[in-house]
Formats: sequence, C-alpha cells, structure tokens
Amino acid sequence: MNDDTGRYPLKLEGDNIPMVSFRNVTKKYGDLTVLDRLDLDVAPGEMVTIIGPSGSGKTTVLRSLMTLETIDGGVIYVDGEPLTHMEKGGKLVRANQRHLRRMRAKIGMCFQHFNLFPHMTALENCMEGPVQVLGLPKDEARERALELLGMVGMSEKSDQHPSRLSGGQQQRVAIARALAMRPSVMLFDEVTSALDPEMIGEVTNVIRSLVDQHSLTMLMVTHQMGFAREISDRVCFFYGGSIEEQGAPATIFETPEKERTQQFLSAVLQAN
Amino acid sequence: MSYLEFLGNYSDRLIDGSLITLLQFVLAALVAVAAAIISGLIKLAQLKPLQAVATVYIEIFRGTSLLVQLYWFFFVLPLLGVSLEKFVAGFLAVGLCYGAYGAELVRGAIQSVPRGQWEAALALNMSPAQRMWRIILPQALVIMLPPWGNLMVEILKGTALVALISVPDLMFEARQINNNTYLSAQAFGTALVIYYIFARFVVTPLMRWLERVMARRIGRA
Amino acid sequence: MFEWRWEFTFEILPRLIGATGKTLLAAGGGYAVALVLGLIFALAQRTPWRVLTVATREVVEFVRSTPLLLQVFFVYYVGPQFGLNLSPWTAGLAAIGLHYAAYLSEVYRGGIESVPKGQWEAAKALNMSTLKTYRRIVIPQALPTAWAGLGNYLVGIFKDTPMLSVIGVGELMHTANAVGAEHYRYLEPYTIVGLIFLAISLPTAWLVRQMEISLRRRLGLTK
Ligand SMILES: Nc1ncnc2c1ncn2[C@@H]1O[C@H](COP(=O)(O)OP(=O)(O)OP(=O)(O)O)[C@@H](O)[C@H]1O
Ligand SMILES: [Mg+2]
Repeated sequence: MNDDTGRYPLKLEGDNIPMVSFRNVTKKYGDLTVLDRLDLDVAPGEMVTIIGPSGSGKTTVLRSLMTLETIDGGVIYVDGEPLTHMEKGGKLVRANQRHLRRMRAKIGMCFQHFNLFPHMTALENCMEGPVQVLGLPKDEARERALELLGMVGMSEKSDQHPSRLSGGQQQRVAIARALAMRPSVMLFDEVTSALDPEMIGEVTNVIRSLVDQHSLTMLMVTHQMGFAREISDRVCFFYGGSIEEQGAPATIFETPEKERTQQFLSAVLQAN
Repeated sequence: MSYLEFLGNYSDRLIDGSLITLLQFVLAALVAVAAAIISGLIKLAQLKPLQAVATVYIEIFRGTSLLVQLYWFFFVLPLLGVSLEKFVAGFLAVGLCYGAYGAELVRGAIQSVPRGQWEAALALNMSPAQRMWRIILPQALVIMLPPWGNLMVEILKGTALVALISVPDLMFEARQINNNTYLSAQAFGTALVIYYIFARFVVTPLMRWLERVMARRIGRA
Repeated sequence: MFEWRWEFTFEILPRLIGATGKTLLAAGGGYAVALVLGLIFALAQRTPWRVLTVATREVVEFVRSTPLLLQVFFVYYVGPQFGLNLSPWTAGLAAIGLHYAAYLSEVYRGGIESVPKGQWEAAKALNMSTLKTYRRIVIPQALPTAWAGLGNYLVGIFKDTPMLSVIGVGELMHTANAVGAEHYRYLEPYTIVGLIFLAISLPTAWLVRQMEISLRRRLGLTK
C-alpha cells in the first residue's frame, strides 16, 4: 500500500455523497496490475453495470468492494465512510478487522457459482447471517427469510438442501440470502453465467424486481448485454483495469465513442 | 484339549482382554480426534509459534514408531518426573500417535472445502470463528470421515501394543495363555479373529453409519 | 530428576548404530516380500475366477484388520506347534511382509484403477496386447498414483520393524531394550532410538514426495 493516503479525505462530505466511491484504486497480483488507478462513483439507488473483456478487472472491482481482496493503492468509500481504511489520529490507515466487519454490514454479494452452504436448507441459508451475525431472534429471522424466499419465488423449496435445487433456484436463494442481511449495496458477479439458458430468465426477473421496488444500490457484472441495457442506469465499459467509457445504456450501446468499446460490442453482439 | 475346551477354559480371560482392548480403543480414539483437530487447526491458523509446536508434534509422532513412543512414555517420562499409569500411558501414546496422522486429514479436508464457501461466509459478515465453526468444519467433517474410518481401524490395531507395557488387553491375554499352554494357534488365532470382528463388524460399520448420518445432514444422501 | 549422560550416550551409540543396519535390513527384506506378495494379491483379484478373487479379497481384508504384533507372534509360535521351526528373522520377515503385502496390493489396485477406462479402450483400438497395454500404457500412468502409497508404506514398514523385537529379532528396539536392561538406564537408549527413526524416516518421506512430483512432471501428468 502506498502511503499517500493523506491525499484522501477522512470522510466524504457534501450534498451528493455517493454510496460507493473508488478513488484512484490500484490492485496488483505480483507484476500484473488488475485495477489501474480506478475512479468510480455510484449514487445511492443507482444500478451500475460493468461490462468489458475477460481479465479487464470487473470481478476484482466487486471483490475489492466486498473486502475479499485488499487493494494496493487508493481508497474505497462506502456511504461516505472509508471502507478499506479507517481514521486514526487524523490520518487514514489500513482498516483493521473490526472496522471491516462494521463496514461489511452495508454490502451484500451474489457469486457466479452461488456458494450456498450445502449443509443447510434454503431457509437455513437465509437465516444463518441474520441469526449469527445480526443476532436476530430465530422467529424473526425465519419470517424475514420466508418473505424473501417468497419474493424470489422459492417458498416451496425452502426446506430443500442446495444439492436438490437447480442452478437458477440456487442463485435465487443466494440472492435472498444476501438480501436478508439488509445491505445498502448489492453486488452481482455474473450471476447468470453458470446457468443453463432456460434458467437465466428466472434470475434476471428477480434482479429486475429489485431494481423496481428497492432503493438498493447495485453493481452488476454481466455478459448479457440486452439485460444490461434494459435495467442499468449507467453502463461502465472496463478495459485494462479502469473505465474506458461510461454513460447511459443507450449511449454506450448505440453510439459508443471509443474504438475499444466499439470493437468489444461488435465482437460480443456478433457472437450472439 | 479340543478347541471347545480351550474356549471353555480361557473365554473369561479373552473376554476381559477384549473389554480392555475396546476401552483402550475408545480412549485412544478420543485422544486422537482431539489432538488431530487441535493440531490440524493450529497448522492452518497464521500463528507462527503455535504452528511450530503443531509441526513438531506431527513430525515427531509420524516420524517414529508407535512402539518407541509407547516405551518412551512408559519408561522415560517417569525419569523426567511425569509418571503415568500404564493404562493411561497406553491409550495416550496410541492416541497421540494416530492424532498426528489425523491432523493431516483435518488439514486436508478443511483445505478442500471450496474457497467460495469462505467467501460467501465473509460476504455475510461472519466472524472468522463463525466461518470456521458453522460453515467450514461441518463440510470438512463429511470430507474427512471416510479416511478417518481407516484410521480408526489403525487405532484399534495400534492398541495391541499396550500389551508390551503389561496393560492386560486382548493381545496380553493371548500371550499369557500361550505362555501357559503352548496352544499358540488357538490362543493367537482366537485373538486374531476377535480383532477382525471388532474391526470389520464394529468399528467399520459404525464409521460408515456416521458417514451416512453426516452426509444426510449435509443434504447429499 | 534424571540427567542426560553424554559419556553413556557415546558408549552405547556404536551398538545402536550397528543395530540400525539390522533394522534397515529387516525393513528392506520385509518390503521385498511385500512388493512381490502384494502384486500377487492384486493380480489375483483381477482374475476372472470369482472364488480366487473373493478369497484373496477376504485374506487381504483380514490381514489389514488385525494387529501386526499379533501376526508376528502367530507366525513365530504356531509353526513349532506343527513341527515347523522358523528363526526369528524368517518369521519376522514373513509376518511383516505379509502384513504390508495386504496394504501394497491395495496400492497396486488403486494405481491400476486410477487409469481411465478410455485408456484401455484406446490401447485396444491400437490392437495392443494385454501385456503391452499394461507395460506401455497402464503402468506408466498408474505409477505416479501408486508411487506415494509405495513410498509411504516403505516408511511405514521401517517404523513397524520394532515390533519384531518381541520375537528376538536383534534390531534397534531389541538392542535398546538390552542396553537399557544392562545399565538400568532407559532415557538415553530409547531417546536415541527415537532420534534415529526420525533421522531416517523424515528425509525418506520427503524424498518420496519429491520423487512423486518429479515423476508426475516427467510423465506430463502434473496435478
Ligand atoms: N488470485 C489471483 N492471482 C493472480 N491473478 C489473478 C487472481 N485473480 C485474478 N487474477 C487476474 O486478474 C485479472 C483480472 O481478473 P478479474 O477476475 O477481475 O477479470 P474479469 O474482468 O472479471 O474477467 P472475466 O470476464 O473472465 O470474469 C485477470 O488477468 C486474472 O487472471
Ligand atoms: Mg469475472
């Protein structure tokens, strides 16, 4: 971590504080720079989709935000507070475990391969966090979990273990599990990539309904261009670890300015 | 003396010995499980000094013979001021020896739980202890139970060595009977069959049953 | 408290080191028996004769499920009862060889079964004979899988040789017992024996691991 954290504010202040803010974020694996001085703001309630070629750092953005990866430079803010860092003696220092646990409460994530807990039923998966982490009474957690399972259309399967569920069903449970923690920010990393084509719709429908009814802030990585275009407030095209071009879906998909964006989109659309 | 007569004369001793063997086995198995879990977890944790202790324990007990360990426990430890009852020295040595092998099973099983499970638990903001205890260990248990079944048979066989420090187990009684009667085939043969029955029809089915129960709880059965 | 005595240590060290040679001999001899007998057990289980297959399976299962110590006593003492006198060395090598043959037969079996069925079919498609298929296709691929087991049981048999001391095979443990009884001191002999075992088995285990890795690499089968 470079020690130029003095350049970054201890807290974001003002009128339009973004829900998520990447400031000059760098992430490296050895010599490979995966995020290259990335700046990205996401407003409260906004749905931002990240597209881009394989290896451009899309997943890394979400994983850094979920604190599954530690970044090597810059600061990430969530809800105006530093996430990767904390204040100590008027300076930003690397966050300790306690700070991370406090901040993580605001973020939920859904994975490409669902990662449901195989030894728990769908319902237990959705109750685990609320009971163990939030300390909710079991009754209340069950009520909340059942409500969310209903919302994703999984009420009937709530007593099934993941091994008995299809991919699409597992992913819907995973979304309910993340929502049960009442996060402010939801991250979706290619949640439909591991699904058979006929199951993609059931998962995208759930995400669509989230966009409609919640004031959730969402960051989504996807290869489904049609879906991205339909539901995003903004689309960011990633290239080489930073944002090459971003804007309203219509602009990005119809009149992209940068050559790399055009190349990427024509390659992807041709393949479809 | 016919074999039936032999059994009539010596069944009491063989039964007493068998009970001691079973008792040694259960106690040694408990020691082994505890030692394996503790040292396996320590080896995975990032606690350097403790890690060194666990490594030394595992390497010493895996690198030497059970018999050497047993004699050391029974004959040398008292010289260093730690006197152990022979019965205790017996199951302790056997348990610690196989616990060192079990530690590798624990470590391997925990490492083979998919990374995504750790990550999902972290995304739910669980503490490190919660992640390990509620998410990883239950899954690791299912993975490591089959090899533990084999290890349990090894522990049962290992308890035969406690006869050499005069714990009156099945092995000990068989040897005594042999010394008194010179009926070696009967004495040792009967003991072999009893060990076989314990291993094949008690320990192994029990472990299989445990495997099935755990697999069902994880929703795989 | 008992003090470690260095001059005593040096006095008994030559005898113990000499006995180490016998321990290695016992391990090597037992292992040779186990390698051959284990192969016979493994192949017998791959024959089409059901009686032979099942009988071998049961023998292997029985030997694996019962204590080596008891088998050593059995082999040594049962012979004379029927007029067959075996020397401690013969009985010891036979018992430990038989015991580990049961384990090694499983290693052979596991190695052979780890080769995918498609390999047999591909060999058949090339019209290879069974013998050639084993030699050129199956064994090279089975070896890396089997290697770890073969190596681990070599270390295992070495560590189990002290059990032969009970019938008077003059290996390390036997010598340590004798030394201890002569001088009424057990601290040094038993500790030295433990250290000798460590000094041999740890490097051997390490070597086995390294050779497995290089074997895999050489055959292009990196994990
Ligand atoms: N743990 C790691 N160690 C080393 N390199 C890594 C690691 N994780 C990711 N990378 C590398 O970082 C780069 C960016 O990875 P990332 O997963 O963010 O890409 P992505 O844009 O999500 O690609 P995809 O569309 O294939 O999912 C890739 O080149 C990848 O190989
Ligand atoms: Mg990705």
